[in-house]
Amino acid sequence: MLRLAPPLIVALLVGPILAGLAMALLPAFGYLPALGGERLSLAPWRELFAQPGLARSVAVSFASGLLTTAVSLAVALAFLAGISGSRLDHWIRRLVAPLLSLPHAAAAFGLAFLMAPSGLLARLVSPELTGWNRPPDLLIVNDPRGLALMVGLVIKEIPFLLLMCLAALPQLDSERRVAMARSLGYRPMTAWFKVVVPTLYPLIRLPVYAVIAYATAVVDVALILGPTLPPTLAVSILTWFHDPDLSRRFMASAGAVLQLGVTAAALIAWWCLECLVARLGRQWLARGGRGKGERPLRLAGKGLILFTTLTAFVGLAGLALSSIAGMWRFPDALPQSVTAAHWLRALPSLAAPVATTALIAIGATLFALALALAALENEQRSGRHPAQGRLLSALTLLYLPLIVPQIAFLFGLVVVMESLGTRPRLWLVIFGHLLFVLPYVFLSLSEAYRRFDPRWSQLALSLGTSRSAVFWRVRLPMLLAPLLTAGAVGLAVSIGQYLPTLLLGAGRITTVTTEAVSLAAGGNRRVIGVWALVQACLPLVGFILAVGLPRLLWSNRRGMRGSP
Amino acid sequence: MNTHHRLVLKDIRIALAGSPLLSLDAEIGPGEVLTVMGPSGSGKSTLLAYLAGFLAPAFQASGQVLLDEREISRLPAERRGIGLLFQDPLLFPHLSVAGNLRFGMPRAAPDKAGRVEAALAQVGLGGFGQRDPATLSGGQKARVALMRLLLAEPCAVLLDEPFSTLDRPLRHDTRRLVFDRLREAGLPSLLVTHDREDAEDAGGRIIELGF
Repeated sequence: MLRLAPPLIVALLVGPILAGLAMALLPAFGYLPALGGERLSLAPWRELFAQPGLARSVAVSFASGLLTTAVSLAVALAFLAGISGSRLDHWIRRLVAPLLSLPHAAAAFGLAFLMAPSGLLARLVSPELTGWNRPPDLLIVNDPRGLALMVGLVIKEIPFLLLMCLAALPQLDSERRVAMARSLGYRPMTAWFKVVVPTLYPLIRLPVYAVIAYATAVVDVALILGPTLPPTLAVSILTWFHDPDLSRRFMASAGAVLQLGVTAAALIAWWCLECLVARLGRQWLARGGRGKGERPLRLAGKGLILFTTLTAFVGLAGLALSSIAGMWRFPDALPQSVTAAHWLRALPSLAAPVATTALIAIGATLFALALALAALENEQRSGRHPAQGRLLSALTLLYLPLIVPQIAFLFGLVVVMESLGTRPRLWLVIFGHLLFVLPYVFLSLSEAYRRFDPRWSQLALSLGTSRSAVFWRVRLPMLLAPLLTAGAVGLAVSIGQYLPTLLLGAGRITTVTTEAVSLAAGGNRRVIGVWALVQACLPLVGFILAVGLPRLLWSNRRGMRGSP
Repeated sequence: MNTHHRLVLKDIRIALAGSPLLSLDAEIGPGEVLTVMGPSGSGKSTLLAYLAGFLAPAFQASGQVLLDEREISRLPAERRGIGLLFQDPLLFPHLSVAGNLRFGMPRAAPDKAGRVEAALAQVGLGGFGQRDPATLSGGQKARVALMRLLLAEPCAVLLDEPFSTLDRPLRHDTRRLVFDRLREAGLPSLLVTHDREDAEDAGGRIIELGF
């Protein structure tokens, strides 16, 4: 049974992606018998290239992939290089962690509220500094170059890359390496960049690629912060796909294939950059410069990470404020009155989407946990470890759903489901979420599972306990805390999903996220505030449980309070 | 608990990637302790892993392990009847002291609670059953680990530098207690260590593994 887990995981992840890509590729060349496309042709591509503003859409998508990643990675690395164990550093790290669970859409809404011409920032400095008595007619959010979109993504990707680095660092023994380099006369940050980064980067390369892929093809953040005329490529594809004129689906398919190409191009460009940096870096390493003038860089790392983190939190505070605001005229920094009316009005319509969100998230997470546990337990029992060849490639496949743009294959997957006659059902959406939940759950759990001291299970076996009893009575209870954390990560990933719910649910299954994003176009800040805040808070429930439950259960077991 | 078991290691050879690591031929009678000594890297832990059933797939082993004339080297670890004592007491942190002692008891054992309490009383820990193992001192933990092993009723015991994490005087006393109990129970024991004091406390034959 257990031995089937790894192939099952690979089949579950790879099968739908390949099927989805195939069913995006065929209609892109005119073949989709259900809609009357029986012959291969280039017509969808001609139609696609005739779309006004296509070049601009592609350019914004491509640029946002590269710039977002470069800035996020630079800030995360600069911060890590400058860490000196001070109280401020600890405080920043603690502040960044909860941002990871914040759904992208909620962060984007918060940023929009902050930066908009009538947003919190403009109010704080008006009319004294700006002289504005009414919101200026500026396109700050939804700017045509996609800068707001990139800032919104950077806010979320810095915590992601930072935590990926922090997870990889313990393997590198970085403190002693830096100490060694410093004893040879290198300044601390230079030492870190010269002796830690070259070995750290390969460990975080896949997460970096995931960020590039995500940023080139994101839909929900682009709907909230991205340009509108024309929108990013992914958003355009979605619009064409939902066009009442079904023949536009051929063009949408061609767009999906183009999106795949844009993401691939961004990845290749990044890879070329990697090679260039590696070449230049080797010379820099060998030249023996000990580094000087580190202070500005250190301050920049700290300052930028603090700035983006605080931006996210202030944005959330802005959401909260506007969800309870009564009258709130423009230059006023605070509303004149406070009211619960928006909440009371939204409550009845909140219940059903919250329940659906929870159901989907719990379903996908439980399924993902079961699969991940089965695969990891199989690894333990067979004594084969991922470093030994074959499993390494299976592990790489885990990243496939994170590196292939969602819109490129989900969209073909809908076509597959339609041609199979499958109606949009809840289980289909749960399955769609599983594709994205499983990789994160697996990555989060595998770390703790593989590090678990093998002597515990050897001891239990030598006491005559069977293998399955060892799993249930030793490994599972002792790994409860990381298990719950992995579950909370899974819930957060599922709650944040927009596109899989929208496409596989055919718009008929509403979650908090789909509802919140659909409100973006309406621009009613009070209502958006309520929904975005609910969306931001839901994943926290999982993390509070993950932290609180072990403490409660093991209140009488001191040995269980640290990590095992 | 006074039973008579015999552990026979017949012509055991362990190799790693084709190059031989160690070979051993020995017989351990009831209540006897055989000490295997050698510097780190001499394959002591590999020998232990092989006998207990945890040899990593990278190693190749041949020979026979006979426990009471039963060949056990092909059995899974949980059916070999070989108990283990590690360097650390390794009390399960999620169970109480009594829970730890019960963990290894055969499922059908009668009067578990009474036997657990009796076992604790034997090592001067009467009334400790409901305690959190993390609140015990090093010596107390070691004694609980020993009683957990004995309550599981193994037919032979392997010791991996037991309790070398304890302070020196305490370690000596604890080891004496352990070896006395094992002898009383009539269990054949195999101790691996690089510490001569360990071997002296064990008081049995000594085999040196070399390169």
